[in-house]
Amino acid sequence: MPGITREEVAHLARLARLELKPEELDHFAGQLDDIIGAVARVSEVADQDVPPTSHPLPLTNVMRADEVRSSLTPEQALSGAPAQEQQRFKVPQILGED
Amino acid sequence: MTTTTDLVSYEDALASYDPVMGLEVHVELGTKTKMFCGCSTELGAEPNSQSCPTCLGLPGSLPVVNATGVESAIKIGLALNCEIAEWCRFARKNYFYPDMPKNFQTSQYDEPIAFNGYLDVQLEDGTTFRVEIERAHMEEDTGKSTHVGGATGRIHGAQHSLLDYNRAGIPLIEIVTKPIVGAGERAPEVARAYVAELRELIKALGVSEARMEMGQMRCDVNLSLMPKDADKFGTRSETKNVNSLRSVERAARFEIQRHAAVLSGGGTIVQETRHFHEDTGSTTSGRVKEEAEDYRYFPEPDLVPVAPSRDWVEELRATLPELPLARRNRLREEWGVSAVDMQAILNAGAIDPIVATIEAGADATSARKWWMGELARTANETGTHLEALPITPEQVARVTALVAEGSLNDKLARQVIEGVLKGEGTPDEVVEKRGLKVVSDEGALTAAVDEAIAGNPAIADKIRGGKVAAAGALVGAVMKATRGQADAARVKELILEKLGVSEG
Repeated sequence: MPGITREEVAHLARLARLELKPEELDHFAGQLDDIIGAVARVSEVADQDVPPTSHPLPLTNVMRADEVRSSLTPEQALSGAPAQEQQRFKVPQILGED
Repeated sequence: MTTTTDLVSYEDALASYDPVMGLEVHVELGTKTKMFCGCSTELGAEPNSQSCPTCLGLPGSLPVVNATGVESAIKIGLALNCEIAEWCRFARKNYFYPDMPKNFQTSQYDEPIAFNGYLDVQLEDGTTFRVEIERAHMEEDTGKSTHVGGATGRIHGAQHSLLDYNRAGIPLIEIVTKPIVGAGERAPEVARAYVAELRELIKALGVSEARMEMGQMRCDVNLSLMPKDADKFGTRSETKNVNSLRSVERAARFEIQRHAAVLSGGGTIVQETRHFHEDTGSTTSGRVKEEAEDYRYFPEPDLVPVAPSRDWVEELRATLPELPLARRNRLREEWGVSAVDMQAILNAGAIDPIVATIEAGADATSARKWWMGELARTANETGTHLEALPITPEQVARVTALVAEGSLNDKLARQVIEGVLKGEGTPDEVVEKRGLKVVSDEGALTAAVDEAIAGNPAIADKIRGGKVAAAGALVGAVMKATRGQADAARVKELILEKLGVSEG
């Protein structure tokens, strides 16, 4: 089982928009390696005939009818927003995109 | 941004390269509620008045899938001749962008609900081209951003952006084609015809109005070129959010010319997102993809799998309407029109009005004549579409009935239609109010004919001498005298009778 590299941790941190210090990269690489190693032991017992599980309950087709339910008011929706303007969520300049 | 793009002529590009296209179309479903919560999807609501903890991604909220959304996805899949998954899941597509407050879009990844289908499309000259469908999957729309501080609301130079999440979570079906090869110089036309046919199909299924101008249907055009003798596809560009049929065709054409210029100059195509500009018909570079997108898809743990029973699928298959291309071919035969004419009728949005007019009692030729003539012109001039005109198919049918029974001629019928469009009432009311009736009183007609002959002795002599064509001038005089309310054919008959000649 190949170890999780420092570069992989840095990549994940960037995707998750987390700023990690160099020593943290090493620290988390080791921790993630342990976690993945532990989880990987499942494959020692689960063979091809055991389908992967994505949900703990044996349910399918839980659906709701297409009926409107009341929404939050704009005031409620915006109540947690750090900044707002014109009844909209105000976000910083979007950089490096588009 | 302002650098000009090198292009080679379309003909030269096609002489050396074969285009390969992939089209991704997003359709916003017309459900009453969002895909995973009960918020309304009604358009035009106040900003952020249609959101809830689920579509805002607040902690502790749980999504539940909209049954009508799944049903619509299956119907679309079936109409596209796809297989329907027996079991499939939703997946999280993770990315950070303020248009998605959850920081992921709930989508489907390697288990789409529908896959492996095709759609036959008809080109302008009537030939059929089969577009293979890779998949159709369920997902959700994003919120709407307004960029503040930049020029004309664009993202460039914006100081900050404002988000309205009313649209976040509205059901989307993404339909992806397999690579479209072999279309050659007709690739842009195929792209347009495909999106047009798909739009007709979606409308016929009743799952969305598919109004492109309202963003209910959006197309991404992926395009690459390969040298004529190559066996490997070239690098592609992805032109995003091309939002009209005309733009789909123009974007494909532009990219063919641009790629050919880069490749024939010895360059390489950069895999990137490009933006289409309606005003110039060109594309400009967007975001370069330095690495494969890393969305870290994983199965959505908050939703259980969708496993449509075969009974349900067959039940839905049985409800499918006659599909648009088959319907057009049937109508074409019934109406006796050419493929090219039918294409024009389709483009004018006149199929349904003509069908309804025929159902209301008109004959096909008259129904087609009015909708494709007078009414299409009016719709064009007023910048609206046929079905939005203030005249019903029943009213058009009534006008054709009045013509058929002889109480209106074409000229008067046009005035009746004009009156109805101006809100003067029903055809019968307009006839009444405007006093529009063909003069069928033989006495009055004969008097008008005598007067015309007496007033134009030279012309009358010509006609007596055998120049029947000259009768037109006398007919004109009679029509003028009766303010257009005479039956022109009868007038001509009377004139010839009076002058003792018969039509050769």
